[in-house]
Amino acid sequence: MEYIPHTRADIERMLRAIGVGDVDDLFSDIPAEIRARYRPLGLSPRSELEVRRELEGRAIKNRRLVPFLGLGLYDHYIPAVVNELSSRSEFYTAYTPYQAEVSQGTLTWMFEYQTMICELTGMEVANASMYDGGTALAEAVLMARRIVGGDKVLVPRSLNPLHRGVVETYCRGAGIEVVDLPFDEAGRLVLEEVPEGVIALIVQQPNGLGIIEDLSGLKERLGDAFLIVSVYPIALGVLEPPGSFGADIVVGEGQPLGNPLSFGGPLLGIFATRRKYLRMMPGRVSGRTVDVEGKEGYVMTLQTREQHIRRERATSNICTNSALCALRATIYLAALGPEGLQQIALLCLERAHELAQEIERIPGFELAFKGPFFNEFAVRCSDPEGVTRDLWEAGFAVVPPVYLERMGVERAFSLALTEKRTEEEIQGVLEVLREHAR
Amino acid sequence: MVPQELRYTKSHEWVRVEGGTARVGITDYAQKKLGDVVYVELPEVGKKLKKGEVAVTVESVKAAESVYAPVSGEVVEVNEELVSTPGAINQDPYGNGWLFVLKVENEDELSELLDAEAYKKLIGE
Amino acid sequence: MGTIYRKEKEGRRATTWPGTKRAPEELLQYIPEGLRRREPPWLPQVSQGDLVRHYTELSRMNYGVDTGFYPLGSCTMKYNPKLHEELAQHPGFADLHPLFPEEAVQGMLEVLWQLGELLKGIAGMPGVTLQPAAGAHGELTGMLLIRRYFEDQGELEKRTKILLPDSAHGTNPASAAMVGFEVVSVPSNREGTVDLAALEERLGEDVAGIMLTVPNTLGIFERDILRITEMVHDVGGLCYFDGANLNAFLGRARPGDMGADIFHFNLHKTFSTPHGSGGPGAGPLTVSEPLLPYLPIPQIVREDDRFRLFYDLPKSIGRVHSFFGNVLVMVKALAYILTLGDEGLREVSAGAVLAANYLRVRLRDVYRVPYDGLCKHEFVASTANLGVKARDVAKRLIDYGFHPPTVYFPLIVEEALMIEPTETETLETLDHFIEAMRRIAEEAQREPELLAEAPHNTPVRRLDEVKAAREPVLREERP
Repeated sequence: MEYIPHTRADIERMLRAIGVGDVDDLFSDIPAEIRARYRPLGLSPRSELEVRRELEGRAIKNRRLVPFLGLGLYDHYIPAVVNELSSRSEFYTAYTPYQAEVSQGTLTWMFEYQTMICELTGMEVANASMYDGGTALAEAVLMARRIVGGDKVLVPRSLNPLHRGVVETYCRGAGIEVVDLPFDEAGRLVLEEVPEGVIALIVQQPNGLGIIEDLSGLKERLGDAFLIVSVYPIALGVLEPPGSFGADIVVGEGQPLGNPLSFGGPLLGIFATRRKYLRMMPGRVSGRTVDVEGKEGYVMTLQTREQHIRRERATSNICTNSALCALRATIYLAALGPEGLQQIALLCLERAHELAQEIERIPGFELAFKGPFFNEFAVRCSDPEGVTRDLWEAGFAVVPPVYLERMGVERAFSLALTEKRTEEEIQGVLEVLREHAR
Repeated sequence: MVPQELRYTKSHEWVRVEGGTARVGITDYAQKKLGDVVYVELPEVGKKLKKGEVAVTVESVKAAESVYAPVSGEVVEVNEELVSTPGAINQDPYGNGWLFVLKVENEDELSELLDAEAYKKLIGE
Repeated sequence: MGTIYRKEKEGRRATTWPGTKRAPEELLQYIPEGLRRREPPWLPQVSQGDLVRHYTELSRMNYGVDTGFYPLGSCTMKYNPKLHEELAQHPGFADLHPLFPEEAVQGMLEVLWQLGELLKGIAGMPGVTLQPAAGAHGELTGMLLIRRYFEDQGELEKRTKILLPDSAHGTNPASAAMVGFEVVSVPSNREGTVDLAALEERLGEDVAGIMLTVPNTLGIFERDILRITEMVHDVGGLCYFDGANLNAFLGRARPGDMGADIFHFNLHKTFSTPHGSGGPGAGPLTVSEPLLPYLPIPQIVREDDRFRLFYDLPKSIGRVHSFFGNVLVMVKALAYILTLGDEGLREVSAGAVLAANYLRVRLRDVYRVPYDGLCKHEFVASTANLGVKARDVAKRLIDYGFHPPTVYFPLIVEEALMIEPTETETLETLDHFIEAMRRIAEEAQREPELLAEAPHNTPVRRLDEVKAAREPVLREERP
């Protein structure tokens, strides 16, 4: 076995030192009846070449459609430096930086990441990552309850249904009621009155339908209840950050920041809040300090919030997070700089609006909502299933109608565009739609 | 260091009886066990506490310890200074490091507290 | 070493991007005025060369498994095979969007399905979900399953307690609390295992379940495991097994045969996927028959030769991850299991237990080993007998070129050093570590300041954690 270095002689020497006769004796403390019930898998060991062939065979079998997608995960270009640098094994084979003296690399980039997330979102403090956008949102609700109290959370129907699913699961477990909020003709959320016992209002920016929400005045109407905003970080290149609108917690799916689509995982949960709530925030943070010689350095700090110290009173049970994805986001944002980020956001805006305008010219197709959008929009037509299928056939993937239905939108599919979508691909999509023209 | 004039609990709080009120802190023994205090979470003035209920959380770098109400009563004063200088608990646990003052609800509970001799015995001094 | 922000200079850039056709001002009109970004975020402006040097330099300030021996107890820091990294980066996996139609991702779904089947086989349990993104996430999912199960039985009101041995990982009580369970601690006996009498006292109709780590965090296998799970089942409770320590019995025993109802795997421990400086990991769960109806949706099923996403589980707890969990981590774990085969799985646990016991017997005359019986994949030593702090021994090990073991855990041992060598270290490495540990014990007597001041040759020396916590500086401030 290439990963286990013990030779016959090594094993003999270790057994002698321990004072047992053979390897099986090392397991004599496991009740014999349990060991007797063991059933092997029926797998023979394989060589590297064989395993590579088998798994690459599966990879090749997958059809890489051109993603005009969608719902939190977007196909942005990843500069070569991101892969190259995050693939250094000093990063990826290290554990959580509990021993600060041999983890300054990790602790330094965590500090950089926290800075960049604060800057993007307009918030004051950020943690070093959660699992994904959905769990970050659910944890935000739990955090809000610890501070605000209450028993219900306001959730727009237009929230990304996948994130909604996670929020509903967590809320059910924690005894929190989910109250639906409708959206108007423009696709924007409608908040009529704020009932008693509200923990928080969740707003997604842009929302699951792609529409840009108007965040102004919401916090004022909520009073003590939290305004939780879930963001698409690339859109923040051109959108005013939620921090400016009084958001109490900002979360988001960080995959678009330098991480591949990965069939949905690993992802990156963004989490930022106000400084006054720092000690109620879940997750790890890196802080700047000095060593015994007065030299600047970084440590994991405020760990008393975390499970390994506060146990059942911890702010969350999270331990392992998405560190490596956060490193990729850090390198990505450093590679972009403020100009690069804005440029990518502008390219998204331009491509999406070009395609939207063309689609509107096709008889039988219309944008489902008139509200402003960033790079994602819903299209209404008579046979969205048929269109989606034909697009698949032609090599393009869009958000299928079933997800729109979950947000309460009938007869529609949706599309998202990034800087990667080419003129040719856009024309390809239009051709398929024109075949469905009425 | 166990001042003679104070009363104590088994969970290492000290109590200074001042008329109908009780000033509360943690003992020198407790602060040494805990290490450098970095943060104190104080109760709000006006909060009613039952004897044995968690009143305060005192944090060091590697621990978060609860401080319990030694007797029942209403919180009438808290040591706001500790928010900016939590280290006072280490430097002067019986003086500037006090945590809160309770208006004692039931005087009888005071007699259940340990005296200095009994507390010294408890911590093996 | 400063942050990347210290290397910035107005006007530098690390990447360039295509231009837009229309002017930015025109495009920005698509965004309503009050919602348009007024001020750009402060992101570093650096050259590509400086960017590469900065992160290369940061990597050199880190210690990973590829740097050296990493005997971090409870974390199973084994070698991470390089084949796995290449496979996970294959565009045929990495570039798939999770909303691609099932027909387009049959190869991917097959990977997930097959891994699920193998994990069921390894655990000896009939159901699986791959969604949890980490061990603690698996625990939370497990607690949600237990809650949902009792809700369905109409017993949620009375089943309020989760029992936990006092040696448990901190994530266990935190996970139980997130679902509203009250945590009740069960003390260990002198052998370091669950005290049956104490367990008996705490068992009743108010118990929803028990969370056990097998072997426990002292590295000791619960000899009475069958009795324990039987006692819990007798009062109607469920048994959750934390699988962080599966390396101890991989390929030799199955939690399903021990009475487990829920078992979580840490693919980033047992199945060799890297820890990534703290994540991502993956924490799939296997479950017993009664819990099948409550598993998260979607499930991945095979029908003839097609793989499908299956949503029709009306009693499901719902979704615990935005999509299907940490898929690329799963690709690596599958590659590992396929490479090992049955024989390899057994060799893993043999190698891990052999190395741990070898270290134990070679160190116990110098360091106190409070529970000095046959251990499994790890053991706990204490520095209390030497009159030095575990932290100081740990820091001194860095001077000798080793990553320190886990310190101050489990909480029931004072000045604890929790040592887990894993199966992938050579006898020579183990011997060097033993030598270093023995020399440090001597130094502790002769020159204790060497320990107190360690480490000596790292990029920074011991850091002021009190200052960091009292005056938290958590981000770079704008100049």
